[in-house]
Amino acid sequence: MGFWRRISRHAWMLGVLAGAVFLGIGASLKQLDVIWKKAVMICLECIGIG
Amino acid sequence: MKRLRLAVQILFTIVTNGYLYGFMNGKIYRGSLKFACVPGLNCYSCPGAVAACPIGALQALLNQKGFQIPFAALGAFFLFGSLLGRFVCGWLCPFGLVQDLLYKIPIFKKKKRLPFHPILKYGKYGVLILLVCAGSIFLFGGYAKIPAFCKYLCPSGTLFGALPLFSVNEALRDQAGGLFLWKLGILLFLILLSLKVYRPFCQYLCPLGAIYGWFNRFSLVQIRWEKEQCVSCMACEKACPVALSLHEISRSPECIRCGKCVDACPQHCLRFSGKRPDGFHQV
Repeated sequence: MGFWRRISRHAWMLGVLAGAVFLGIGASLKQLDVIWKKAVMICLECIGIG
Repeated sequence: MKRLRLAVQILFTIVTNGYLYGFMNGKIYRGSLKFACVPGLNCYSCPGAVAACPIGALQALLNQKGFQIPFAALGAFFLFGSLLGRFVCGWLCPFGLVQDLLYKIPIFKKKKRLPFHPILKYGKYGVLILLVCAGSIFLFGGYAKIPAFCKYLCPSGTLFGALPLFSVNEALRDQAGGLFLWKLGILLFLILLSLKVYRPFCQYLCPLGAIYGWFNRFSLVQIRWEKEQCVSCMACEKACPVALSLHEISRSPECIRCGKCVDACPQHCLRFSGKRPDGFHQV
């Protein structure tokens, strides 16, 4: 019980760690480049043209 | 707290949309910061936006040729969600700020919720699954996949992207057609609804709220309740703009951590906290 309580108390840390790992994997897969390429062009769909 | 929150909302909106040159010339920022996501719903086609929208980023990754798990977007969601939960909605989202300001206009008799709220509140999960995820993976327009949420629903894109761009960029304005009118209609409907109901887009349609709501239960930023001092006056429940009960405040996926319950408590037994000291209980 104490173990699970401790885990739930620090779940946010696991979440932050998972976030950092996911970002690292995303960066290694060049996904940040995909986001950048999309974000620096005017998104025609977003503004109701595309 | 009320003034502090408004100041943070305005400041964050200005900082994350601080590329003034874009507003004057109808162009968008193309710098290196745009690989990073802001926490709130902030269209990256806003002329002032200095970073990417997390939902737009998720759709861009799902729109790639061949399916790939969108790790970069998931990473942003886990980071912001684990630290802040829906505090992002209450304090950092530009479209949330717009709805807050509209709700303050004393026109209609105000309501916290729409009728059928217990059913309608699941709308945002439907938008997340059907428009953001399934729509992006399966819908095709010509040869390219479609970011369905941005294209058919997102009011932030219309308000912060289309309107400022169209106002100064004639070439873009000339291309606006039926789709723009559809999106403008959605924006106007939400603006009108926001005059009567508290944050209707956040409560019923926002896919980002659906994602961050999942983190509310265990995020670092919480609202803590000191049970021993509570006199059960229920001032917190009356003050809650999304009509949560005392036991739902902070942990419910609907709580946007606006802090109105903290302000309303005459015994000061509710407070923001980043940790769980002894003697304090999570609500």
